[in-house]
Amino acid sequence: MRPALWLRRSRAVSTLRRGVWDDNPVYRQILGICSTLAVTNLLVNTVVMDLGLIFATAMSCWTVSLLRNVTPKRVRMMAQVLIIASYVILVDLALKAYLPEISEALGPYVGLIITNCIIMGRCEAFAAKNPPGLAFLDGLGCAVGYSLVLLAIAFFRELLGFGTLFGYPVLPEGVTLWTIMAMPPGAFFMLGLAIWFFRTIQKPREA
Amino acid sequence: MTSQGAFTIFIAAIFINNILLSNFLGMCPFIAVSREVRTAAGLGAAVAFVMTLTSGLNYLVYAYLLEPLGLEYLRYIAFIVVIAATVQLVEMVIERTSPVLYYALGIFLPLITVNCAILGVSLFMVIRQYSFVQSLAYGAGSGVGWALAILAMAGLRRKMKRSRVPAALEGPGITVILAGIMALAFIGFSGMVPM
Repeated sequence: MRPALWLRRSRAVSTLRRGVWDDNPVYRQILGICSTLAVTNLLVNTVVMDLGLIFATAMSCWTVSLLRNVTPKRVRMMAQVLIIASYVILVDLALKAYLPEISEALGPYVGLIITNCIIMGRCEAFAAKNPPGLAFLDGLGCAVGYSLVLLAIAFFRELLGFGTLFGYPVLPEGVTLWTIMAMPPGAFFMLGLAIWFFRTIQKPREA
Repeated sequence: MTSQGAFTIFIAAIFINNILLSNFLGMCPFIAVSREVRTAAGLGAAVAFVMTLTSGLNYLVYAYLLEPLGLEYLRYIAFIVVIAATVQLVEMVIERTSPVLYYALGIFLPLITVNCAILGVSLFMVIRQYSFVQSLAYGAGSGVGWALAILAMAGLRRKMKRSRVPAALEGPGITVILAGIMALAFIGFSGMVPM
């Protein structure tokens, strides 16, 4: 890390950048993979899930930060969980109303955003100590970074497992599909490869 | 789905619908705490215990409190509160009755509150419309299944210490790939119980 370069950038930009790239939640911190990995077999589901997660993370971080000076230390975890749960309920109700089919397909995973460790992690590590604007950007950056990696995973899983992208067939007839990609082990393999890939290309900058 | 016997659900939750390997729940502790067999066993036991308890409690809360009042959309908050309260209670009871067990599980108990597998079991229970007994069986089965997976992973990782893994793949990367192979093996069980 070169301090001169960091100083030239505004704090907002560096906060965003850290979440998306430098400290990406998926391949650097290995946080919060649980709830969303399951929906990466189709791009449409992943996009909807990611949007919900970005909204919930950014808004939760903002709210936690707003309330950071009035929340008693002892109950702050509980308070954070309740704030997160409220936003997740909003996401869930909105999905049920406007995209009932996708809401059905996502099943319990929308609700599981609550226990997604990224949100709790960002609230606890950053939002509880920083002003609301920065906390919002931090949550946004982390959630976007997370979403990008998941989209990459979903892209390959849908392409290889179903031969489609966003439901449109793209592979020519006669190509053998990798059924395993549509099944749970495919998600694990793709995640492992993604971690490998990103950590490899990130290496030189770290030293 | 709802007519399945409790025993079938129990077995299916361990092997076929393993909460970790086929639903991807509880991944964070699975990766972070699977370095040693001892700690993995402790966490696995704690999760199995709390999962059984909370699936039963959450069933009661959902069926007798939320549903009659038409407050189903509040279930996320209700379940989380029940889970947090249960974990706290279990911690206090264990501390009083069995100090040995308390020291073995102590550090892991608070962590369990945010283990997505616990909340996941309660949410699946609602979606699949299980009865009380079925919910208990499902909770216990999922807990045992999760404990089994993390124990197996801890054993594998101990053997892995001597292997040469590419630097960028070390730690979490290889663990995830191992989990994939494990999930592949568990697919072999899928013919066991007709779903």
